[in-house]
Amino acid sequence: MNVGDRALRFVSGLALLVVLVAIFAILGIVVVYGAGALSWQMLVDAPSSDLAGGGVMPAIYGTAACTMLMTLAGVPVGVATAVYLAEYAPQRSWFATAVRAAVRSLAGVPSIVFGLFGLGFFALFVGGRIDGMFYSDATSPVFGRPAILWSSLTLAVLTLPVVIVTTEEAIRRVPREHREASYALGATKLTTIARVVLPHARAGILTGVVLAVSRGAGEVAPILFTGVANYLPRVPTDVRDGFMHLGYHVYVLATQAPDVDRARPMLFGTVLVLLVLTLVLDAAALVLRARAQRGTRV
Amino acid sequence: MTAKMEARDLVVHYREKVALRSASLTIPENQVTALIGPSGCGKSTFLRALNRMHELHDGVRVTGKVYLDGADILDPHVDPVEVRRKVGMVFQRSNPFPKTIFENVAYGLRVAGERNRAVLECRVHESLEAAALWDEVKDRLHESALELSGGQQQRLCVARAVAVRPEVLLMDEPASALDPIATGRIEELIVALKEKYTIVLVTHSMQEARRLSDQAAFLYMGEIVEVAPTPELFEAPRQPRTQAYLRGHFG
Repeated sequence: MNVGDRALRFVSGLALLVVLVAIFAILGIVVVYGAGALSWQMLVDAPSSDLAGGGVMPAIYGTAACTMLMTLAGVPVGVATAVYLAEYAPQRSWFATAVRAAVRSLAGVPSIVFGLFGLGFFALFVGGRIDGMFYSDATSPVFGRPAILWSSLTLAVLTLPVVIVTTEEAIRRVPREHREASYALGATKLTTIARVVLPHARAGILTGVVLAVSRGAGEVAPILFTGVANYLPRVPTDVRDGFMHLGYHVYVLATQAPDVDRARPMLFGTVLVLLVLTLVLDAAALVLRARAQRGTRV
Repeated sequence: MTAKMEARDLVVHYREKVALRSASLTIPENQVTALIGPSGCGKSTFLRALNRMHELHDGVRVTGKVYLDGADILDPHVDPVEVRRKVGMVFQRSNPFPKTIFENVAYGLRVAGERNRAVLECRVHESLEAAALWDEVKDRLHESALELSGGQQQRLCVARAVAVRPEVLLMDEPASALDPIATGRIEELIVALKEKYTIVLVTHSMQEARRLSDQAAFLYMGEIVEVAPTPELFEAPRQPRTQAYLRGHFG
């Protein structure tokens, strides 16, 4: 082996080591410290008022509910947009090109900007209008205030680009022969999309959903002004309620708890729960995707 | 002999290029009409205009008339979906859906709104019989169509096309990707299908055209050079270009 090869091997090996150390430093420390704080009580109880005791159940529930609402709201819109771009917009038209460019730049917008947008557009503008129309005699805002609904919609907008881009690519990968076969058998465009194109693109669409869910579950900035709360021991039962969120709860425990030092075990426990939850979501989506991929071969 | 389809002054543009210039052809009922010619001569283009498949591509413009039982199917008021139910198509590369054998054959019926299980089963059986595939697949109807061999897949595509009971079958080099044995079976099938269907067959193989067709048309450079009953076209071609092609001078 010549000197250059050896050097490169050494340097790249070193880089790998740095990455492994970083991963271990993050995961290892979280697991070691977090596992001590983890208990059944932590998963099922609401936090005590000083946040150092009790559990994080409302935050687990809030994260799951918010991510689910986000998926329900965002995925259909994203898939429909991708169908339009791939199937209906004339190829190489300036309109489709402009939409694609806009979607891609949406993906680059910092998430805090989405948070401000969510507050201004969803909570104050949309919510305020709904209140103005249907609840004009209420003393306090009903829809026109931060709520889990607005947080979910903000996250849905944030994750739209991922869904649109992956779905459009998946739709484009559907072989032309399959579409032609469908049309030749007397299928309309709608039937061809519903029975051939989307089933064939299922694995790709689910990949987009995986990416959206794992991104959406971990983002804090977009929900900061749109619905998340420091301390709300009751779980939300209405889309107009505020909610607790694991990611935000980590921030609160680290910086806002009355006694940050006493809350530290709870902090590590919460981080561990958040990591496990996102890993489980990812794993579930990966399993779904693997199943769908097998499905397209049947 | 009745004319099932008739093309009159059919011109196809692909963007700025002329792919087919003023083609006219009468397609007799229950016969096999073969379209032969070198690749790029416009035979597939002509075929795809007969059931409006050309509309799936951007930049294709078609003028002229195509009559099916006397009615112009290129008329913008005619629904292409209706045309394709009457004029089915089998493609060069077999293209079964990644579904079961049963679902492949049932596809055309399902999209036409057929829900009755008994009707579906009966038509699937009948179509697989018609495509000479039933005996080979009857015990594995609910397995993936992609596990069939290339020749079986192509016969499945024939079964799928006949399941919607079209009147005309367009076949675009259906045997070109198959081995000689599978080709032989497809050829037997085409002869058998002629009883019930009017067939237009695009082929690059002159032997195949000669064996299977009743009428043959020679296309060259986007033009129908000569149309004649098959024996006549091959034994005594009138046009110098046809003679040259049959002697293997080009293509």
